[in-house]
Amino acid sequence: MIGSELVFYILSAFILVTGGLAVTTRKIFRSAIWLLFCLTGIAGLYFWLGMLFIAAVQIVVYVGGIVVLIIFSIFLTQQSGKDLPPPVRSRAILSVLAVCIGFVLTCIILNQYSHFHSQAPYSGKREFDMSISAIGSQMLSTTEHGYALPFEVISILLLAALIACIVLAIRSKPEEK
Amino acid sequence: MIPLNYILFLSTALFFIGMYGLFTRRNMITMLMSVELILNSVNINFIAFNKYLYPEKLEGLFFSLFIIAIAAAEAAVAIAIIINLYRNIRSIDVEAADDMKF
Repeated sequence: MIGSELVFYILSAFILVTGGLAVTTRKIFRSAIWLLFCLTGIAGLYFWLGMLFIAAVQIVVYVGGIVVLIIFSIFLTQQSGKDLPPPVRSRAILSVLAVCIGFVLTCIILNQYSHFHSQAPYSGKREFDMSISAIGSQMLSTTEHGYALPFEVISILLLAALIACIVLAIRSKPEEK
Repeated sequence: MIPLNYILFLSTALFFIGMYGLFTRRNMITMLMSVELILNSVNINFIAFNKYLYPEKLEGLFFSLFIIAIAAAEAAVAIAIIINLYRNIRSIDVEAADDMKF
């Protein structure tokens, strides 16, 4: 049990440090790489929680898809060696203030409800089926707890996003400019 | 065993780190990265609630799956917009895109 807690603390420190570096570092390419580490750490947290499928999806979609897309767009739009301009001093101070106040308020609210989930997880009688076949059959079932309709809707959404990206990225004709 | 609160603290901290990035960064790609951090902190919440409070169900996992899918679509569209903007004004700084500002 001690080892499991230690793994959680290491993972959360890793996630927070790399996430903080991703939003504060001055080089945009390093920022993307820190984001990559942060998302990998979150996938590790899902592994620690025992949610294997969502951890795999996190690695495949976020680390393999979105971060690579971001790195491509960095290469397409700017010189990656150049430093970003530092944030305006007053804006940085105000946003640190706003973020700290928001964090403290949320933590106070969380502390008020800490008794609410004192029940132990992983209790033996509530054994659950996390296998991929269970996830797949629930996702495609049309009964009460099925997700067939959202599945179809999100496939339409992805198609619309695909077409929208192509339309947006088409180079306009030179005589129009 | 780690109580649920600790995981919620972690996701809250990650949310506000993303919030800080969204406030201070003026470059569109880095703002997009901050949005990804915020979406990930929400995903952690869904997964933790599913695991700790309703471990016999899969609803939180499905919500996270759909959030990840929508985040992928959102990132793709955002990057198409950013590249188009760069082609038009040669900059992806939000301060430079002020053509429609009154």
